[in-house]
This record gives sequence, C-alpha cells and structure tokens, in this order.
Amino acid sequence: MNETTPIDPEKIEPVKSIGVPMPLVDGPEKVSGKANYTADFLEHGALVGRILRSPVAHAEILSIDTSAAETLPGVEAVATGADFVGQFGVLPIARTEWPIARDRVRYRGEPIAAVAAIDVETAQKALDLIEFEYVELPAYFTAEDAIAEGVTPLHEKRPNNVERHVDYDLGEVDKGFEEAELVCEGTYDCAEVCQVQTEPHAAMAAYDGERDRLTVHASTQVPYYVHLMLEQTLGMPKSRIRVIKPHIGGGFGSRTECLHVELIASALARKCNGTVRIILSREETFVTHRGRPEQNTTLKMGMSKDGRITAVDTTTTQRGGAYAGYGTVTILYSGSMVFALYDIQNARYNGYRVLTNTPPCGAFRGHGTVNVRFAFESLMDEMATKLGLDPFEVRRKNLLKAPTFTANDLMVNSYGLPECLDIVEKASGWKDRKGKLAPFRGLGIACSHYVSGASKPVNWTGEPHATVNIKLDFDGSLTILTGAPEIGQGSSTILTQCVAEVLGLDVTRIRILTSDSLVTPKDNGAYSSRVTYMVGNAAIDAATNLKAILVEAAARKMDVQPEDVECLGEVYRAGSQDQGLTFEEVVVAALEGTGTITARGNFDTIPESWGGDKYRGAAIGGSMAFSYAAQVVEIEIDPDTADIRVEKVWVAHDCGKALNPLAVEGQIEGSVWMGMGQAMTEETRYHKGLGITGNMLDYRVPTIIESPPIETHIVESIDPHGPFGAKEAGEASLAGFLPALTNAIADALDIRVSELPITPDRLMEIMEEKKKAARKNADQKVSA
Amino acid sequence: MKNFISMTLNGRQRDDAVPGNMLLVDFLRETVGMTGTKIGCDGGECGCCTVLIAGKPRHACLTLAASCDGTDIETIESLETGGRLSAIQRGFHEKLGAQCGFCTPGMVMAAEGLLRENANPSEDEIRQGMAANICRCTGYVKIIESVQAAAEEIASKESAA
Repeated sequence: MNETTPIDPEKIEPVKSIGVPMPLVDGPEKVSGKANYTADFLEHGALVGRILRSPVAHAEILSIDTSAAETLPGVEAVATGADFVGQFGVLPIARTEWPIARDRVRYRGEPIAAVAAIDVETAQKALDLIEFEYVELPAYFTAEDAIAEGVTPLHEKRPNNVERHVDYDLGEVDKGFEEAELVCEGTYDCAEVCQVQTEPHAAMAAYDGERDRLTVHASTQVPYYVHLMLEQTLGMPKSRIRVIKPHIGGGFGSRTECLHVELIASALARKCNGTVRIILSREETFVTHRGRPEQNTTLKMGMSKDGRITAVDTTTTQRGGAYAGYGTVTILYSGSMVFALYDIQNARYNGYRVLTNTPPCGAFRGHGTVNVRFAFESLMDEMATKLGLDPFEVRRKNLLKAPTFTANDLMVNSYGLPECLDIVEKASGWKDRKGKLAPFRGLGIACSHYVSGASKPVNWTGEPHATVNIKLDFDGSLTILTGAPEIGQGSSTILTQCVAEVLGLDVTRIRILTSDSLVTPKDNGAYSSRVTYMVGNAAIDAATNLKAILVEAAARKMDVQPEDVECLGEVYRAGSQDQGLTFEEVVVAALEGTGTITARGNFDTIPESWGGDKYRGAAIGGSMAFSYAAQVVEIEIDPDTADIRVEKVWVAHDCGKALNPLAVEGQIEGSVWMGMGQAMTEETRYHKGLGITGNMLDYRVPTIIESPPIETHIVESIDPHGPFGAKEAGEASLAGFLPALTNAIADALDIRVSELPITPDRLMEIMEEKKKAARKNADQKVSA
Repeated sequence: MKNFISMTLNGRQRDDAVPGNMLLVDFLRETVGMTGTKIGCDGGECGCCTVLIAGKPRHACLTLAASCDGTDIETIESLETGGRLSAIQRGFHEKLGAQCGFCTPGMVMAAEGLLRENANPSEDEIRQGMAANICRCTGYVKIIESVQAAAEEIASKESAA
C-alpha cells in the first residue's frame, strides 16, 4: 500500500487471496527468460563433468582402468565407485544403488566412471580412454524372464528377483464371487513410460577445500533426500553440505528420489577441489529413467445384475528395473488404491515387483495407481455393457459415503466423486449422445483418485510433516521460508496465497524463498501431492502464529485487549470507529524489544489417516484426504488408418477448496493430457536392454497439433483437515484418461483394448483381426 | 579453426570469433551468457531453444553460430521494453501458459514469430505455428489461450494508437 494514500477506515477490509484465480508469483521470471535453472549458473572456472556408462546390461566388473584418462591434460578428476563410501536409495530399507557401479553393473547405461575436465571435448576424450573389463552375466529384460526357474539374481538379497510381493485378502472374496450374477476376468498391459520433463537432469557442485564445505545446485524435487544421500555416499557430515534447488523444469516424479547426477558431480568436485557442472543429455535423462514400470494386470470382478461390485481379485506384476528405488511403495500403491475409489468390501491382491536388467523405475505422476486404474475401469465398463447398464449408473452404484474408512482403512472425509460424475455426464451430453454418434465415433467415461500426501513419511524422524517459517523485519516485508520445492506446479504461489489470506494482505506484499538448506526449513519434498495439503497447512499455522504476535503488539500499542483487536490486513483497529494502526505501525510495535520476528508453523497427520495394519505395508495409501475425478473422452477413429483423434475431454476434479482455480485448472489439464500421452503414443522400448527411444521423436510426446480441447470443471468437497478445505489437484485426473479412451474405443468399434499405448498400428491390427474373425464366422455360417 | 562472425543480437551489433562446430545455442548461453534460451533435448526435438533468425523462429540447437554471420538474432531477452513484459510474455504469465517455465522462452519466441506473420491467427493456425515446441506441463490448453490473449492485446493497442 502506498504510504501517501490516506486510509479510509470505512473501506478497509482484509484482502481475499484464497479461491482467487491468480498467475504464478514466479511467472514474470519464467516468461522473461530470467528464471535460472541448474544449467544456467555459469560459474567461472566450472569444470565439465561427464559420465561413462555401461555398454552391457548385466556383468561382473573385473576392472575399470582410468590411468590414461587421469593423465590426459585438462582432466582434473576421475571418479569411480571406489570414491563413495555408501549406497543410496530413497527407501531406508532399500539403499542398494552405488552412485557409480561397484563390482557389478545391472543395466545398460549405469554409470561406471566419471570425469571432470576443462571442456566437453577433453571430458569426452577422457571417457574414451577408460578401459572397462567385465564378464557378462545372464540379463533379463522382462519380468517373466527375471523370475523364471534358476535365474541369476540381480541382488544377493533377492534370490528370485522379486523385490517385493504384496498380498492381502480383505472381506470374503470367494463368497463375493459366488454372490455375483456376472464374474469376468481381463488382462491388461501397460508399456513402460517416462516423465520426459522438459529440463534434462543437471547438477552443479562446488567444493570449498579450505573449509571442507560442499554446495550443490540440483534439479530435484527432493533436496532434503539429496542432502541425506550426499552424506550417506560421500561420508561427509550433513552440516557441511548445502543443497539448493533453483528453478526446475518439471518433475512428474522423475526426480522424486536422489539421482546419480548430484552425487557424481559432488564426488568429482570434492576430488578436484573445484566446481563441477554435469548436464545430462536427453538420452541420459531417459536412461536415468525412474518412470512408470511396464505392468501386467489380471483382474477378476464380480458384479450383481444391478451393477454392485461384489468382489475384486487383482494380480499384477511390475517390471521394476535394476534397483529397488520406490519399487516397494509403487507395488503397494497399486494394491491400496485399486479398489478404494469405490465402496468395495471384498478385495484380494497379489502384487509382484520384479528386478530386471533395465533402467530403474520410479514414482511417475499418479504413482502406482494408473495402470491398475486402467484395468479396473476397463473391466467395470465392459461388465456394465454386458449387463445392459449405463457406465455412469454402474459407477454410481458403488460410491462411498463420506465420512468413512475403506476396507483397507483409508480415511475418507470428503468425497466429491458423485458431483464429478453428474457434471461430466451433463457437460458431455452423455444421455442424449451416447450410442447415437456417427460411425467410428465414441464416448467413454472413467473415474480416478489420488492421495493428498502420504500420511507416513519415507524417513521417520519424529519431526512434523511440514514446517514453514515467516520472517518479518523492520522494513515491513514478509518472507516465507520453505523447503517445499517449487517445480512448476505452483507451490510457491499457493503458499503465498495461504499466508496472504490469513494476514489479510495482498500477495504482492509477500515474498517467498524456497529450497536452500542454508536458510529454509527442511521439507520432505514435492511428491505424492503433499505440498499444498501439508505445507499449505504449515503455512497457515505460521501465518496464524504471526498474526497473534501482531494482534498482541497492536493491542499493546492501542492499550486494549488482544481479543478486541480486529485485523483488516493493512489496518489493525479496536472497534469500527477507531482509526487504528497501519500494518507498518503494528510491525514497529511488534519488533520493539524482540527484533526481527520469525514465526513458525507446523503440520502433522493424524493417526486415523495412517492406513491401518490389515496387511504388511497397509500404511502406503494412507492419506489425510483423497482427490477424485471423472472424465468423459470423445473420439473419432479413421477407419482406413486407425488414427484416433481425441475430439474433446470433459473432466471434473474434486480438489476440495480450489485455492487458486487458475492453477488448479492448469494442473488438471496437464494431468489429463499426460494420461493421453501414455494411452496413445508413449512407450520406452529396449533392444537387449539398450534404450532405443531415448529422444523425443522416438518417444512420442503429444504435440500441440493432436492435443484436444479439455473442458475442466472444479468440484469443491471441502475437506475438514485440508488447508482452507483443499486437497490434491495435480495427479488424480491422469489415470482416468486411459480407460476413458479405451471405453470410448469400445463404444466406437465394439473392440476392447487391453494393451497400451494404443497406437494406430496396434489398433489397425485389432481391427483387421476383428474383420477376419467376422468373415470367418460368416463363412462358417454359409458352409453350415 | 575459428570463424569471425558479425551479427546483430537483440538489436546490438557484435563481432565474435567462434569455433566452426559451435552451435548457436551454446554460443548464446556459454559465450554471450544469455541463458534464457534453453536446451531440452539432444537436437531439434523439443523447441526449447527457439530464437528468431531474421525474424523467423529457428532451433538454435540446429544452427551453427558460424552460419549466423550477417544475420539478425533475437532471443527471449529482447522482448521486454522498459522493464515491462511484452504482450506475449504477459499472455503466458496471466493465462498460465507457463508452469515450470522451461519450454516457455522457446514457446514465447515461436509465438513472437507467429504473431509477426499473422497478427490474428485462428486456433488451428496457432497450433500449426507452435507445433515444433513441446510442453510437458500444460497440455497446451493454456498456451493457446496465452497466444490468443496476446494477439488481442496487441490488436487493442494498435487500434488505440
């Protein structure tokens, strides 16, 4: 507020920020090219780091001779696995990966050595001089091959190459099937997909030998985990390490765990007492992977004739790649989320996470839930058709009623799925148009859901789930200090809005500093849609604590009781006739005697949200709240080329209170579209473990040409524990696209697609087979 | 061997000696120090490095710096005037055409090239004009809206002038 403008006490009121569509607080930097990403820090004298990668998929390492590379002029450091003292991995129970391979390599592209040199050419030359001797071992590129009789284990502790088998048997599954009027079974295959965030992975590490300190800039969603893994692998006290996350060009789960790149850059920097920058190529970013696994699911479902699901039995296998990564969590999520969207009491699950000689998979957006959702919503739709029921009605027959707990003890306090269904049914004109479209056109519907943060943290430390500090100083400026990584999802904007709303101030008064371990409080990171819910709540708590300090100071200054003080944002007053104090005056009063104020806010989950203990690992899936989504997809298929054109998508997403409807829309549109990529074109492929789709032409990300209009509707089922009632907005709408598309194909062609991506080639094959079968059938009838 | 080049970069004339194999994108980022132009792929896949060469959108990662002798190059850094965002930048900011922002400089430059050619593009023409640029966050819905908003702002300013 301009100080020269006199305040009219009649007109002053707190500024509203929540529920207001507003652009991102860091938007101007991004659109002007001023936003600095990791590769944009042009440190004087920084060396170029390059990684040598394994040419074989599975081998015992005999030797890695770096002597020639070390003596090449211009080479400042060469690192191998011997330069690390510990392994890394996101789960404390599964830290099995060396930053640079030792003893054994387990996939093509695994780092085997690294160099730091004065320029790219020298670095490349040095890599060429490194001699790698090895003895090849049997390699397994499919889950099936990896678990066959008599295989060579990838890891000693996993003799049959199963990283994790998860099973549960809830309710009375067999009885449920007996009671069903229709029991069907289907098998569904999803190809492995990769996040392909636009910014390739990068890290810049600077080592200060004089003081034994390390500063790392990293393109990561989890600077705290990077910090922990630097300590673990380098054997360096964490107090001597500083991790900074600058602007990040997207994540989608690709960097939800510490990667090699940060660790290798740091080891090289320490070795040469300097600064090392490693920018991975796109191909290396593909090899680093951490995407969604290839997954094969067999689903059996029982249904009563009115559409009630009586039992579900799921068996699913994920090809996890060469290391554990998040694997155990991924296979647990598939189990905990497959049925919990609906009111189903009888559910059985067998999930297998398999180790293979392919790049390690990770936690891709919609972690663990997407491929089983495809299976579930496909089979449900098919059975509805068989029973002559409308797909919407079948879903309505199986809705939960909040507040409730699902059969696996997931706490559901808000459930906007019924409204989501109503909205997309109406918006798409479903009732009038379904079944009446022109030939080769179709409509399909599917639902999906996702957690708002995992209620149990990966690293149990006893600390709160989230902590936010707000600094208030003599100049009246407010700075939010948070470790929550802004990765493009808009978390900095949302946190700013939360603080502004509590204090009644305009967002432009508030600045935010994120993810620099030197000054910001620790945060677990940007994953599992935890930031808005958990860090948002912590921001509200911090702002509320700060407000109490300001109200107290205003009361002192005005000589009234704190409860008589009214906070109007820019003015604090006691009674409507009072001229009151300006915000600046209150700040001066608050700082008297104490100096600069730092207000802290925390958030913790409640035990009811921890997911119960009906089976081993049942905590995975436990969340304070779930978001829900329904979407209708309309398509047209070219009968000659089998090209599928998505005409339009109508999506409704229950995100609780939409804190920033513009940002929510952006998240939903991006999710739906990313689901479309997985459903239609995207697939990582390997030839004997060698990635053959390591670029954005062979790995086909949809362009603007084929991307459909998406009509987004926001449903606000206010969540009792959410920040201003908010829940997750950035993941749930992804999974629904896959089955909504294949259900639309079924509507258009009477063909049930069970293998994704459904490229024109694949669809053409299925259409041809169907034609052949029809001809054969006709011939048989004639001959009979 | 080095090549001597003379170019206009964002309105300023400059002379440089560049290795024959140096890409324009590396020249801009590493030699000049203008890092607004991004590298998102290994060559010609993503469009993050889009700049204007003689007013036309081009991949700076598929262009040799040495081939730019005598040309006029414009990058994302050239668009602001008087510290204020251009209409296209404002469109991308206000309509949320930028989420993570990494593709944005390339997107904005592609839109700049498009709107100079065609001040009032249809939705289809926007799609055609931006087809060489990949975004992984937005699903392109708000990118189209951003370009439309920019075109409207430019038109309304011109009619006022």
